[in-house]
Amino acid sequence: MERPLKMVSNHLHFYYGDFEALHDISLEFSENKVTALIGPSGCGKSTYLRCMNRMNDLIAYSRMEGELLLDGEDIYAPSVDVVTIRSRVGMVLQKPNPFPKSIFENIAYGLKVNGVKDKSKIASKVEKSLIRAALWGEVKDRLHDSALGLSGGQQQRLCIARALAVEPEVLLMDEPCSALDPIATQKIEELIHQLKITYTIIIVTHNMQQAARVSDITAFFYMGKLIEVNYTNTLFTRPKLKQTEDYITGRFG
Amino acid sequence: MQTTRVETMVNFPPIDLTTKIEKIDQTKNRNSPPASSQMSRRQLIQKIVFFFFRGAAWVNGVALLIIIYFMVANGWRAITWTFLTQAPKDSMTKGGILPCIVGTLGLSLGAIIVAFPIGIASAIYLNEYARPGRILRLIRLGINNLAGVPSVVFGLFGLAFFCIYLKMGVSLLAGALTLGAMTLPVIIGASEEALKAVPDTYREASLGLGATKLQTIFRVVLPTALPGILTGGILGISRAAGETAPIMFTAAVFFSPRMPSSVFDEIMALPYHIYVLATAGTEIEATRPLQYGTALVLIALVLGLNLAAILWRARLRKRMQ
Amino acid sequence: MANTRQIKDRGMNVFFFCIATASITILFMISVFLFMEGLPIFKVVSVKDFIFGSYWYPTSDPPDFGIFPLIIGSVVVTILSAAVSIPLGVMSAVYLAEIARVKIREIVKPIVELLAALPSVVIGFFGMVIVAPFLQNVLDIPTGLNIFNASLMLAFMSVPTICSISEDAIYSVPTNLKEASLALGATHLETIVRVVLPASISGISTAIILGMSRAIGETMVVLMVAGGAAMVPASIFDPARPMPASIAAEMAEAPFRGDHYYALFATGIVLFVFVFIFNIIAEHIAHKYRQVGEASL
Repeated sequence: MERPLKMVSNHLHFYYGDFEALHDISLEFSENKVTALIGPSGCGKSTYLRCMNRMNDLIAYSRMEGELLLDGEDIYAPSVDVVTIRSRVGMVLQKPNPFPKSIFENIAYGLKVNGVKDKSKIASKVEKSLIRAALWGEVKDRLHDSALGLSGGQQQRLCIARALAVEPEVLLMDEPCSALDPIATQKIEELIHQLKITYTIIIVTHNMQQAARVSDITAFFYMGKLIEVNYTNTLFTRPKLKQTEDYITGRFG
Repeated sequence: MQTTRVETMVNFPPIDLTTKIEKIDQTKNRNSPPASSQMSRRQLIQKIVFFFFRGAAWVNGVALLIIIYFMVANGWRAITWTFLTQAPKDSMTKGGILPCIVGTLGLSLGAIIVAFPIGIASAIYLNEYARPGRILRLIRLGINNLAGVPSVVFGLFGLAFFCIYLKMGVSLLAGALTLGAMTLPVIIGASEEALKAVPDTYREASLGLGATKLQTIFRVVLPTALPGILTGGILGISRAAGETAPIMFTAAVFFSPRMPSSVFDEIMALPYHIYVLATAGTEIEATRPLQYGTALVLIALVLGLNLAAILWRARLRKRMQ
Repeated sequence: MANTRQIKDRGMNVFFFCIATASITILFMISVFLFMEGLPIFKVVSVKDFIFGSYWYPTSDPPDFGIFPLIIGSVVVTILSAAVSIPLGVMSAVYLAEIARVKIREIVKPIVELLAALPSVVIGFFGMVIVAPFLQNVLDIPTGLNIFNASLMLAFMSVPTICSISEDAIYSVPTNLKEASLALGATHLETIVRVVLPASISGISTAIILGMSRAIGETMVVLMVAGGAAMVPASIFDPARPMPASIAAEMAEAPFRGDHYYALFATGIVLFVFVFIFNIIAEHIAHKYRQVGEASL
C-alpha cells in the first residue's frame, strides 16, 4: 500500500564552491515512513538532509540545483519563505544542542518565535511535547532548571521535544544517537517508532544496525551519489548493487 | 626512504620539514659522539635559551610592579577623603581632584554610550550577516586602521570636526565623541570574539525551529554572548578613561572653577591633570604628592576595571568548558 | 506574510551593514578633516621644504616650518624602542605559548594585559619623575629626558601588543606539526626555532609592525619624556621632539587657523600616513601569507 509522497527531490545537485557535494539526487519520501540515509562519512548524506530545510542557505559560496518539493511545492522557489519551511520541516542534530536556557524555555522557544503569546497554551504545548518525547516523567519537577544540567540522552530527547513543539510535518534527524550511550540510543529509537505515526521522518545514520532497526526505507549514498534505495528489509538482505553489498557487509574503505 | 614517509605524513606547504630533519641527522652522524652526551648538550642549550625566554616574560611583570610600586609608595599619603572629594585650591597646589574624577567618569561613560551600540551592531553585521568578500575585507581594513590611528590624531580630528565644524566647542560632549570613535574598534573586537564563541548549533537549532534571523540573534545569540560583550565594554571604558591626547584639545582644560553642569561644559580630567601638574603647573616640585596621588587614582580606576574584566572573563571561560 | 518577513530580514541586513560602515566613515572623516585643516600650510611652504626642512621655529618671525627634525625624532625613538620591544615581546610570546605551564600562563597573560592597560600618561609620568633622574645620576648626562628614556618607556607600551598578537599566532600552529618534529627526535627548542617560529612568522611580523605603529603614534610618553628639542639628535642621549609631541604641546598655543595651526595639522597628516602605511603592510602580510591552521588576524 503506497502512501502519499511528502517530500520529493528531483535531480538535486549541491555545490560547495566548485566542489560538487551532491550529484543528481532523485528521491521520494512517503508520509509516515522512516527513511534512513546511510553511507560512509563524506558521502553527502548530511548535506542532503540539510538541503531539505534549507539549512545550507547559511553556507557562503554554496549553490543548489534541481528541485525539492514539500507537498508538491518547491521549497527553493523565490516566493517561498524559508522561515515557514523550517517550521514545517523540523531538525534534530547529531550533538544535543539545547539553548543555555531552562528546560521550559527551550521548548517554549519555537512557539514564542512563531508568535504564540498565550501562556497557558504554551505551558500545555510544552507538557505535550515533553510527553511525546518520553521525557516528561524525568523532568516535570524541574522544568525551570537549566537544560544544560540534563544528561546527554535527556538533552537529545529535549531537542526532539523542542522540534515537536513547533508541530513540524517532517522531522530530519542527523545521526541523532551518535553522541549517546546504548541505553539512551535505545530510548530514542523507540521514540522514533512512535513518532512515525504522526510524522514523516528522515534519519541520517552511519550505524547500519540502527538503520535496519528503525527505518522502513533505506537509501545508500556514496561519493555524493545516490547508489541504491529500497525497502530496508530488501536492501539489507538482497542489495542489487555490488557497492551496496560491500558497504553493508563491511567490506568497504 | 624515511624522508618520503615524513613528507606524506606532514604535508603543510610552508615548512620543509624533511630537509631540516635531514640536517639534524647529518650533524649527528658527522660528530657521532655518544648519543647521551650530545643529547645533554642540546638539552643544556635549550635550558639556557628557555631561561632567557622566561626572563623576558617576567620583565613585563617586573616593569608593571615597579611602576605600580612607585606610584603607590609616593602616592598613598596623598589619598585622603579631602583629596577625593574637593576641588583644587590655590592655583592647584592644594586641595583635591574631585572635578577630575567627575570629568573622567563623564568622558568614559559618554564614550561608551556612543561606542557600545555602534560596536555591537557592527560586530553583529560582521559575524552574523556579512558573507566573505571584498566588502567585508574593506570593512575589516577600516576597523584595523581605525584601531591604529594615533591618539593625537584623534585629538586633531575631534578638534576640527566636533569642536569647530559642529560648533560644540571644547566640551564634555566633543571629548566623549572623540573617545567614542577611538574606543569603537575595541568594542567591535571584543563583541565579535564573544559572538564567535556562540556555538553555531544554537543558531541552527533556533532557525530550525522556524525563528527568523533577527529573532535568533536577539533571543539566542546575544544573550549567550552578553557576558563577553560586557567584558569588552569594561575594557573600552578603561581605555577611554586613561587617554590623554584625544581630550587635550577637545574637552579638558587646566582648571575649571566649577563642576560641569551640562555636556557642553569644558571639564577637568585625571590624565590631563597629571600632565598639567607634572609639566606646566606653577610649582612642579611642590605638587609632586598631588601628581602621584592623581596617578594612583587613575591607575586604580583603570587597572581595577581591567582586572575585573579579566577575572570575569576567566570565570566565563571556565564555565563554557 | 512570507514576503514581508523576507523584506524585513533584508532590511535588517542593510541596517546592520550601514552601522558596520561607521568605522570606515570615521576613518574617512579623519582623513578629510586632517587634510582640510592641514593642506593650507602648503600655500606658505612647499611640501619638500615642509618635510625636509631642518628648522622648526613655528613662532619666530618669519617662522620656519620644517618638520624633518620631528620626523627623525619619531623614527629614532620608534626604531630604538623596537630594538627593545621586539626581542622582549616575541620571547615573552614564545614563553607564554610554548614553554610556560598552564598555571603560570594564567598569571603572566593578565600581567601583560594590565601592562597594556596602563594609561600612557602614567608611563610618561613614571619616565619623567623616576627614570629620568636615575639616568641623569647614573650616566652623568645633562638631562634624563632624552631619546633613550623615551624609547625605553615606549618599548614597554608596545611589548604587550607584540606579545599578545605573536602569542596568538604561535599558539595556533597546529599541534600535529609540532608533534611531527618532536617525534623525529628534535628537542623542544629545535622544534620552536625550526618549526613553530617559521610557521607563525606572518603573525609575528604583523605583531611587530602593529607594535611599531603603536610606538610611532604614542603621544604622552614622548611628550613628557623625550625632552622636546626640535633638532636632529646626535646621540641617543640627546633630547628629541617626535611628531606627536610637537602636535600635543603646541596645539593649545597655536592661533586658530593660523599658519602654525595648519602646520600642526599637516604634521598630523604625515603621522597618519606613516601609521597607515604600517597598518597596510601588516594587513597585507596577514592576508597574503595566511598561516596554516587557524591563525588569527
